[in-house]
Amino acid sequence: MTIDPNAKIPESQEGTEVYNTDPLIVRSHYEIDYIHSYAQDSEFFRALGKKKLMGSKCTKCGYIFATPRGHCMMCGSETEWYQLPNEGKIHTYTTCYFGSEEFLPETPFHLILVEFEGVDSLFMARLIGAGPEDIRIGMKVRAKFKRNLKFSPTDVYFVPSPQ
Amino acid sequence: MVSGGVTKFSKATPEMDFRLSVKKAFDYALNDASIPLSEIDGSVASYFSDHFQRQVMAGAMVQDYLGLVPKPSKRIEGGGATGGLAFQTGYEEIASGRMDTCAVYGFETMSHVNTWKGNEFIAMASDMNFDYPVGGFYTGYYAMMAVRHMHEFGTTVEQLAKVSVKNHGNAMHNPYAQRPMKITVEDVRNSPMVSYPLTMLDVCTMSDGAAVAILASEEKAFELSDNPVLIRSIGTGTDAMRLADRPFGKVPLLPNETEADYRDLKYPGAHSFRAGRIAAKEAYEGAGITDPLEELDLVELHDSFTSTEIQTYEDLGLCKYGEGGLFAEEGKSALNGKVVVNPSGGLLASGHPIGATGIMQGVFMFWQLQHSIKKHFKDDALQVKNAKRGLIDSHAGTGTYVTATIMEAVK
Repeated sequence: MTIDPNAKIPESQEGTEVYNTDPLIVRSHYEIDYIHSYAQDSEFFRALGKKKLMGSKCTKCGYIFATPRGHCMMCGSETEWYQLPNEGKIHTYTTCYFGSEEFLPETPFHLILVEFEGVDSLFMARLIGAGPEDIRIGMKVRAKFKRNLKFSPTDVYFVPSPQ
Repeated sequence: MVSGGVTKFSKATPEMDFRLSVKKAFDYALNDASIPLSEIDGSVASYFSDHFQRQVMAGAMVQDYLGLVPKPSKRIEGGGATGGLAFQTGYEEIASGRMDTCAVYGFETMSHVNTWKGNEFIAMASDMNFDYPVGGFYTGYYAMMAVRHMHEFGTTVEQLAKVSVKNHGNAMHNPYAQRPMKITVEDVRNSPMVSYPLTMLDVCTMSDGAAVAILASEEKAFELSDNPVLIRSIGTGTDAMRLADRPFGKVPLLPNETEADYRDLKYPGAHSFRAGRIAAKEAYEGAGITDPLEELDLVELHDSFTSTEIQTYEDLGLCKYGEGGLFAEEGKSALNGKVVVNPSGGLLASGHPIGATGIMQGVFMFWQLQHSIKKHFKDDALQVKNAKRGLIDSHAGTGTYVTATIMEAVK
């Protein structure tokens, strides 16, 4: 016999954080861990451990992408891995004083788009080792690599090239 | 289009959830044209982020709240251009003959999280492998575009600030606007730097709000309203999600441009929105427009940042590439200018509850072309005199989806 008209949920002492009562506004927590595969982009992240910056070259039309992609945006053909030079130039830049919650502790930081000789598209990265007033379009910058990889695109970052 | 409604956009509206916000805008629209609920054949739901909403299938909940079940509906999503895309989807529902009337409703509840978390949700609409972990901040991405535009064309921070002054000032007469302000160029430059060169007053805010547009076939439109507005043509463009992937090619020319205009310009690079140009080109072809500056009376465009407005003048061919800064400085886009741009105050001052934004533009344009601004704003100051034809422009990512829609007065 499982029917029990006196069934009762056990009470607990846990409460809900309330910010306001009219209207009723409460805290609602949510978090998640993803199982994220870098899939066809995996080699880019592995190569950073060997201090190599890898882009993609189209096997058919020869277009070279500084940010890797498995297939060419221009003609749709498969690409092959292409090692980028370690030095490039600043195509454009900004300094972020605010940002997303995840990166707020890192502000202010410099963002740059890097152009490489003989490469058709750009690469976005952080720049360190320069003040906001020092950064110029066309400035030469050099890739540096973290020793302890996080398997994030920030494992590579840029510094001003030695004068 | 036969009617429209908008809620007053604000930082947070905890007294109304998204269903009630849409209901208010929807009822306003139905009442304004005395349209019975039974006349609505179906709908398109417009909202950007399941993260902001904290509710998957939120569109379905609006559909039943409005009393539109079991009629057809779908959700459209495309970043910041969600509203513009949904508006065009409504147009397609009518144009295909599937529906005689279609309600396009948009909403976003951005106040569910604080601004920093909101920036994170928005930045998730950038490549999660290569862009988000590096920048994770859309203002940063747009700031890099602004810096390159300044480098390429000599655009100045004061020219950017002029857009902020204009749009916040226009909003002083728009009762629906979130952030009306009478400010100066100095105020803009002296406000806290968010991401160089963009200050707090160069950037739109987080908003809660809803907007509804009711579209109808030509025959139905005249049955339901004695003052409908024609949606003449639509255009949509796309570009690479990653700003870094944009090519350095040639400008897709409008009829009033020649190759000689852009001999040395590598396009779109990081300075221009190719998707905006493609959208405009398609919309102009559909409407037979060959000289947009002469043939458009007003534009409501996606000024998520002041720099975006200047870049968009050029994409839409209101001036040539490189002349956008001067266009703003010379007041050509002001209320008394050659073509009035963002008379409502735009996103900068009206607010940007993402899924509602593109539809809000449609509603404000509809009222302008109906010449009913006074009725809805209780103020005539923003009514563009002799407004016959306008363009609304909605914009996602760093110009990843852009829509352009041409609307015309009928009466």
